[in-house]
Amino acid sequence: MAQLPLGDKAPTDGLLPATVALAQDNSFHAYVHIPFCAVRCGYCDFNTYTATELRGVSQREFYTHLIAEIEFSQRVLADSGFTPQPLSSVFFGGGTPSQLPAAQLGEILAALTSAFRIVPGAEVTTEANPNDMTPEFLAELKSAGFTRVSFGMQSAVPSVLRVLDRGHNPEALPDVVSWAKAAGLQTSVDLIYGAPTETIDDWQTSIDAALALQTDHISAYSLIVEPGTKMARQIASGELPEPNEDEQATKYEMADAAFAAAGLDWYELSNWSRSVQTRSEHNLSYWQGKNWWGYGPGAHSHVGGVRWWNQKHPASYVAPLSRGESPALGRETLTRETQLEERVLLEIRTREGLSVEVLEQLGVRNPKAIAGLIADGLIDAKAAIGGVIKLTLNGRLLADTVVRQLLV
Amino acid sequence: MSPRATTRLEPAKTKPELIRNFCIIAHIDHGKSTLADRMLQLTGVVEAREMRAQYLDRMDIERERGITIKSQAVRMPWQVDGQTYALNMIDTPGHVDFTYEVSRSLAACEGAILLVDAAQGIEAQTLANLYLAMENDLTIIPVLNKIDLPAAQPEKYAEEISELIGCDPDSILKVSGKTGFGVEELLDHVVRTLPAPTGDPTAPARAMIFDSVYDSYRGVITYVRMVDGHLASREKIQMMSTKAVHELLEIGVSSPEPEPTKGLGVGEVGYLITGVKDVRQSKVGDTITLNAKPASEPLTGYSEPLPMVYSGVYPIDGSDYPNLREALDKLKLSDAALVYEPETSVALGFGFRCGFLGLLHLEIVTERLEREFGLDLIATAPSVVYEVTMDDGKEVTVTNPSEFPDGKVKKVLEPMVKANILSPKDYVGTIMELCQSRRGSMIDMQYLGEDRVQLRYNLPLAEIVFDFFDQLKSRTQGYASLDYEESGLAEGDLVKVDILLQGEQVDAFSAIVHKDNAYAYGVKLTTKLRELIPRQQFEVPIQAAVGARIIARESIRAMRKDVLAKCYGGDISRKRKLLEKQKEGKKRMKMVGRVEVPQEAFIAALSTDGEKKDKKSK
Repeated sequence: MAQLPLGDKAPTDGLLPATVALAQDNSFHAYVHIPFCAVRCGYCDFNTYTATELRGVSQREFYTHLIAEIEFSQRVLADSGFTPQPLSSVFFGGGTPSQLPAAQLGEILAALTSAFRIVPGAEVTTEANPNDMTPEFLAELKSAGFTRVSFGMQSAVPSVLRVLDRGHNPEALPDVVSWAKAAGLQTSVDLIYGAPTETIDDWQTSIDAALALQTDHISAYSLIVEPGTKMARQIASGELPEPNEDEQATKYEMADAAFAAAGLDWYELSNWSRSVQTRSEHNLSYWQGKNWWGYGPGAHSHVGGVRWWNQKHPASYVAPLSRGESPALGRETLTRETQLEERVLLEIRTREGLSVEVLEQLGVRNPKAIAGLIADGLIDAKAAIGGVIKLTLNGRLLADTVVRQLLV
Repeated sequence: MSPRATTRLEPAKTKPELIRNFCIIAHIDHGKSTLADRMLQLTGVVEAREMRAQYLDRMDIERERGITIKSQAVRMPWQVDGQTYALNMIDTPGHVDFTYEVSRSLAACEGAILLVDAAQGIEAQTLANLYLAMENDLTIIPVLNKIDLPAAQPEKYAEEISELIGCDPDSILKVSGKTGFGVEELLDHVVRTLPAPTGDPTAPARAMIFDSVYDSYRGVITYVRMVDGHLASREKIQMMSTKAVHELLEIGVSSPEPEPTKGLGVGEVGYLITGVKDVRQSKVGDTITLNAKPASEPLTGYSEPLPMVYSGVYPIDGSDYPNLREALDKLKLSDAALVYEPETSVALGFGFRCGFLGLLHLEIVTERLEREFGLDLIATAPSVVYEVTMDDGKEVTVTNPSEFPDGKVKKVLEPMVKANILSPKDYVGTIMELCQSRRGSMIDMQYLGEDRVQLRYNLPLAEIVFDFFDQLKSRTQGYASLDYEESGLAEGDLVKVDILLQGEQVDAFSAIVHKDNAYAYGVKLTTKLRELIPRQQFEVPIQAAVGARIIARESIRAMRKDVLAKCYGGDISRKRKLLEKQKEGKKRMKMVGRVEVPQEAFIAALSTDGEKKDKKSK
């Protein structure tokens, strides 16, 4: 993330207001951010670093700081009078979590388990770079308690991968996925569409290659050129062409059609799953406003209507933790109205849709606007009559428009 | 050469024989204000250290644009052959929009200095005012200015002037307002050649109002020329057109700062203050008399100024509407010609339909509203007044194209003007082409001197208010000058073109145009709007229609994608903030049916192509 949001200054003790206790029956999730990559990709503005030594913080020892935050979180939640549910999901993202040895990932998971317990059979995912994979690594993950791996495939076309600065060899993926399956892990791949120079045919190639892997789950994200990235500079200088939004829409439609034909249905705007069981519980938790603690530099947390985010740089993140203080930089306490507004913009992205009641509670239920969205083919008429706003295929592509029509 | 007068003549006691009232007729940039500055200095009424350029132009806009909008009078002492005289210089507005005010200023004088740039020759506006001066039987003193310029051709233009007014070219004075050369001789000449005012000092008082200015501290300041009788401080006066009675709180002369006096006598020029707050209570052209002993007949020449051009003026921020109303109410105090009434536009919200004397007047008013009252405004394309007769005999006056009646129209009358264009002869062809394309018909063409031509055309005013002036200037490299006067109404083959967004008429874009130009207008607007309006979640057809007939069509393709793919690591706050920003943006959108149109798109579509603001600044 290029920029953290503006909010209030986070208190050093990390204590949460008493009101969060009201939400403690909500499920609890953990996100763990590993801020290291072998190479920084040109399009990426996530919080990640390629150096192994960062102002005195080493990549090798980094997991110990994450464990320190896990212990800190256990204490702070208890001191704030919040008893979290056992973890319903854990997700390791980055950066590149597979930059760390599987054993360290396992240590972190163990710390989470001992601090909060994990619901039996809960989803535990890590993102992984296909290049880092070996059968042994995957087997180690499995035995440490991981249930799922999400591979950063991005594209099957070498020229597109080059534009994205992705170093991996696309031909390695079939093997990597089969090792994961053999290890007993659920599998998912991430795709990116709409990279500069990517043709419609290129994208079809990537879709076909991803489907050939027979994973349980696919995420497909449209490329967003973030300000400040190398790619943004390349586009500004004319070195790379600007992505075309209309073509991205076409690519989304292609993906949705191909995935559905292969038995993967969408359950969230950018996510397709072979069955209800293989949906990413963790991903959904964001859209459903659950409680989660984000560990690591720049990670975001949400507990009972309070959102906060950690210091971005690993060194600034580690310093307060070593003093027993909160690594959070800023936070915001959501009002009832913002919480409801968030529900609108998050829940609408899911297949289950948004209950009209939420609009009602916000005082913005506008039958004329809803009728207009039906007329424009953006939401499903039958669902709307039944009191739920569900996006159609066109509506998914124009989700932000729909939200504005509903809220203003 | 005369020495500066050592004593001044006391107002109210000055004999008419010692008074000279004159004005200066000149084209905008021919140096009138600079010459006036020199006169103020030479006669000693403004000390050198107080001198600033264009002393008499009070409004910022006047000084910046180098034009005079409101006239003013200055009394200056001048000694010739040992006798001190009182010279009243009456500054006249230089622009055609203010012809009525010019004619009143001229009526206050016995003579006029015809000031011509020795490097440029006479211009169309000058001709119009010269004509008015001669109609008023003023004695004309022709003067060539800027003779210090290397490009000056005094002989050539002296010839031109002498052909025009029938004088000896050698008798034409040559001056430089900039260096002061010849200005003293000119003042002497004013005293020697202009007739002194005449009037009956014993008759009931009659004073003609030639200007009326609002001052925020003192209320309305009325400038008058005494014709008969005498006015004194504390007397009760009567406005002859309205019979309204006011007390003279102050009477005096400008020299050039106001100097209160005991009164004003025959032939004198000065100012009055009665405490009224609205220039409409002190109308230019009206006659003032004494309430106790009123005159039986008013002086001739009073008429109400009539708006020629209308435009809808809207605040960009809708919540500024009350401020706009207040600003117009205040501006009206100082601008008797400004008329307005509330108007609502589907596209632009609440605003006012304003009537103006002409395009410059429109620009000045909108600029003053923006500058003096801090408003951000959008003005619709200027429109003229049409008289529409329906088949059933019903007559409708249309000042706003969107009011153009539906149904069977029998005939449409539109205002015409007589345009007077002066130009070097090389451009005659291109000017004729332009006038023809603007539905002009030629009245005549004549040569002024060897290489300059005067073309006279009958043109619909509507064709002039659009971008005629810009076109004329650009096609003649800026050499041609334009002046026009009203010349009644004429029937035109006119239609209303409506612009529809997704079937909804956008009132602000409706225009009344000649049948043959309807298609071009339709294509131009629809193309422009297609570029300006952002894509919506549905396709938006943009149509131009005459009645029910579609004459041009464009469409904005539906937007296909508007969604943020991912929330990075659960950063919901960022996404919500983006939404909040978008919501703010949406509030600034104007809705036409279901189409969201950014305010900027309206502004861009309504602004004419060229940069209008510059054209009269020089």
